[in-house]
Amino acid sequence: MTDVIIAGIGQTEVGEHWDIALRDLAYVAIKEAIADSGGLQPQALFVGNMLAPNLSNQAHLGVLLADHCGMRGIEAVTVEAAGASGGAALRQGYMAVKSGLVDVALVVGVEKFTDQVGAGVDTAVATTSDSDFEAVQGLTASGQAALLMRRYMHEYGVPSDGFAGFPLVAHANGAGNPCAMFRKAIKAEVYGKAEMVSDPINLFDVAPNADGAAAVILTRSDLLPKGYLHPLVKIAASAVSTDTLALHDRHDPLGFWAARESVDAARHKAGITLDQVDFFEYHDSYSIYAALSLEAAGFAPHGEGWKLAAQGAIALNGRIPCATLGGLKARGFAGGATGVYQAVEATIQLRGQAGPCQVENARFGLIQSLGGPASTAVTHILEKITL
Amino acid sequence: MEIPRHWRLKKQRYALVGEVCPHCDYKIFPPRDVCPNCGDEAKTLYTFSGKGEVFSYTTIYEAPTGFDSTAPYTVALVKLEEGPIVTAQLTDLGDQPVEIGMPVEMVTRKMRNDGDERGVIVYGYKFRPKLG
Repeated sequence: MTDVIIAGIGQTEVGEHWDIALRDLAYVAIKEAIADSGGLQPQALFVGNMLAPNLSNQAHLGVLLADHCGMRGIEAVTVEAAGASGGAALRQGYMAVKSGLVDVALVVGVEKFTDQVGAGVDTAVATTSDSDFEAVQGLTASGQAALLMRRYMHEYGVPSDGFAGFPLVAHANGAGNPCAMFRKAIKAEVYGKAEMVSDPINLFDVAPNADGAAAVILTRSDLLPKGYLHPLVKIAASAVSTDTLALHDRHDPLGFWAARESVDAARHKAGITLDQVDFFEYHDSYSIYAALSLEAAGFAPHGEGWKLAAQGAIALNGRIPCATLGGLKARGFAGGATGVYQAVEATIQLRGQAGPCQVENARFGLIQSLGGPASTAVTHILEKITL
Repeated sequence: MEIPRHWRLKKQRYALVGEVCPHCDYKIFPPRDVCPNCGDEAKTLYTFSGKGEVFSYTTIYEAPTGFDSTAPYTVALVKLEEGPIVTAQLTDLGDQPVEIGMPVEMVTRKMRNDGDERGVIVYGYKFRPKLG
């Protein structure tokens, strides 16, 4: 079978880029990824974006970016699956190359949250939930996560500081990532004093919305340029599952069924066990989502995902290192760019270029991009290989 | 304001009209035409009692457009007697603390304004602590 190689990677710093437009932000990442690949020229562009039509009054990003970034004429489309848009775009690129229809695919994730301020952002994000039956009740994305966290704490008797380990690890790792929004470790007592966003969710349980762009170049191993410099990283598996859109339509809202299904499917395709996973880039838009994702993947039984954080198992030297370059919490949540950031970061890990955040001898990286409360779950497994 | 979108949902918003599956008797809200239990088509209307209990709840401090005037407010997942869970605001709470398991009943209330554009108001279901 054809191996799909992540030949080039590029990313911008995640943050508030008031002075950079969406198209220019994307170009920074695209230019870097093409250069990193040794100059491969894409034949197709897949854009992961969540909210540009709402936040920037800009749809039709495929042609916008192909045109603006010097690739006028190539196939170019946008892929949208809320917070999982980046992961979903990566899968489209993977399928294009894997099928043989495209030799070189460019996947770029980009989001510009700061084109709106205040209530406009919450209103835009709420459009990714069930507009007629959730958003109309004034429910926000944070509120949705809070409903899950409250129920989880009630069912499993979790103490009020039970989730502190998630932001603590994320921020500690973010300190070693030059592209992270927050590059400073935090102390446990800071978590306990943080302002409530939607009880029981406090400020440190929420990943910050921010601007960012990340890009990868995908190709087949036989098409790599002569003298290709990097250790080879391939996409060993790709899987997507969907659950109900609305949280209230689920029999077991705490189950994160789609997250579990997509991890199981990806592991099956890659032919690996959970024990072989060297690190897990989960979608920690909220601490509770990190806990539920760990459980869904099988790293912890139901009701015990939070303990992995409390006991240090998700730290760089732990049993299953997570958010190794800061995760959504410290790197920042750049909406539909997130899944592509995860692919870039996992590639950095597998190439051995993660500096202070390096997971030693990493071979398999599991990355998962969620839309809403795992309404969409996109999972990829990346593997370091030698030819 | 998206008047047609709200108007067409008036049965759901004002009277909790969902569906019952003619094949397996599963109660469905919001209506979805394909039964999530058995997978057959379900279009038989069914009016819910409006009685239920709090499954989970939270407070929204930073409200989306149209909800700012009522923030902070409480949003809950309410498990209806007939089975389904709905997302809804809790109202008429007074000083009463909210708890998981608290019995509640449906009432009709103002849900949001139009973000001060044309003054149109959306009404619909909220839940209050059960009386009596």
